[in-house]
Amino acid sequence: MRTAETLRKEGFDGNIHLVGDEPHLPYDRPPLSKQILSGDWDLERVALTDPAKDDELSLEWHLGDKATQLSVEEKIVSLDSGTDLSFDGLVIATGARCISLRMAGDLEGIYTLRGLDDALAIRSELEATPQKVVVVGAGFIGAEVAATARQRGLEVTMIEAAEVPFERVLGPEMGTVTADVHRDHGVEVITGVAVESFKGNRRVEKVILEDGTEIEADLVIVGIGVKPNTEWLEGSGLTLDNGVLCDDSCEAAPAIVAAGDVARWPNRLFNENMRVEHWDNAVEQGVFVARRLLAGKSNTESYSPTPWFWTDQFDRKIQLAGRTRSTDEIRIVTGSIEERRFATAYGREGKLVGILGFNRPRHVMQYKQMIADGTSWEDAIAHAEQQAS
Amino acid sequence: MGYRVEVDFDLCESNAICMQIAPEVFEVRDDDFLYILAEEPGGDLRAQVEESVQRCPKQAISIAEG
Ligand SMILES: Cc1cc2nc3c(=O)[nH]c(=O)nc-3n(C[C@H](O)[C@H](O)[C@H](O)COP(=O)(O)OP(=O)(O)OC[C@H]3O[C@@H](n4cnc5c(N)ncnc54)[C@H](O)[C@@H]3O)c2cc1C
Ligand code: SF4
Repeated sequence: MRTAETLRKEGFDGNIHLVGDEPHLPYDRPPLSKQILSGDWDLERVALTDPAKDDELSLEWHLGDKATQLSVEEKIVSLDSGTDLSFDGLVIATGARCISLRMAGDLEGIYTLRGLDDALAIRSELEATPQKVVVVGAGFIGAEVAATARQRGLEVTMIEAAEVPFERVLGPEMGTVTADVHRDHGVEVITGVAVESFKGNRRVEKVILEDGTEIEADLVIVGIGVKPNTEWLEGSGLTLDNGVLCDDSCEAAPAIVAAGDVARWPNRLFNENMRVEHWDNAVEQGVFVARRLLAGKSNTESYSPTPWFWTDQFDRKIQLAGRTRSTDEIRIVTGSIEERRFATAYGREGKLVGILGFNRPRHVMQYKQMIADGTSWEDAIAHAEQQAS
Repeated sequence: MGYRVEVDFDLCESNAICMQIAPEVFEVRDDDFLYILAEEPGGDLRAQVEESVQRCPKQAISIAEG
């Protein structure tokens, strides 16, 4: 959607076809686990299209239809309905979908959350006030669902296989703080043990953990991560490696670009092949690839953003910018963990690589800019000390 | 042609994305509130303001022509 808008803004007056397998017009996903689940927002508020502007954009929609095949040579995308679309330029933005637990079988009451329909189904389950909600996986989406359910006054248990939730990205210390925010609000957080199976007749009744613990559950939400939607590209000749592999300008093949959750590309700023599952990147990369397509061969600019995302957990707005790892050095640059309002800088190999903020947006943006500027860890610490004095 | 920058403060969550893109127009201060520094920033800053409109995760910024 953002790519299409940019193409038009930049003066492209050819045909633009938008293909989406969901029956809905494009919508915004982040509110699904927040305002939509909590019931604060009506559905209209997540729409990304504006009927007033639609005519101006003059897009050709193929909704509820699926791209099933790509021929790179002939420049044709085939759809499920039998339509073949030939193109001069193609943007692959098929996103990602939730990984589900195979042992869930076909028991009722077990959900994943990616789309609008998932959110509505879960919302109506929550409205039926289940006794016990279990969230499997303390990723950011799982944690948001847990928080939202808890704020509805329900009893919530969150189960995480790792010893410390969020450890992989935030490191042990900061991961613990995040889990503690949940504990403070009365969510039971169980860590270091995986789910083994589910029990129930037609509907789920119990979650069985690997150590034999049985937890009552009448609603289960699984949030154990996503995988990129690339199956339709198998055999197309594009390189698929946990995403569509692109060059540093997001081109996967001549006149074929990829953006959003599905794209993997070398980010020169971090010297890493990355795939980013964040809203802001989907927007920024969507705009970037539109320009990339229009520029054709003459564009050699590389796409090297500093990834950034936010998540709302209870009354905390958590933001993370950069590329953090659990082994990074960390330093609290403002505030304190006790008051749950602070910012923590992450350093690796002498460079500032990340910033985590709990209700500290201004600091996150300041350090985000410093990351983009390639600031050394030493200078970042000096900056923090100077600000504190 | 002039234009005005408008922010719906009920939607804004002060995440300062707009400040990073257009520091002459938006500022999130220590109190964590967003301040509009220039309500009519003029043509030079138009592209930055438009990018802020697009990148604001809350769709809180709008441009009023006039
Ligand atoms: C519940 C939830 C909460 C989130 N909260 C946050 C947040 O707080 N902060 C943040 O930064 N990010 C958040 N995200 C992540 C953010 O929404 C994603 O990064 C973003 O949606 C990615 O956009 P995309 O266009 O790459 O992919 P998507 O939004 O996944 O869009 C891809 C579309 O392509 C369709 N499709 C797939 N395969 C085909 C095919 N073969 N043919 C046709 N169509 C196909 C899919 O059905 C889908 O509609 C959240 C995501 C979810 C699900
Ligand atoms: S980007 Fe949007 S939400 Fe963030 S501070 Fe600016 S106006 Fe507010």
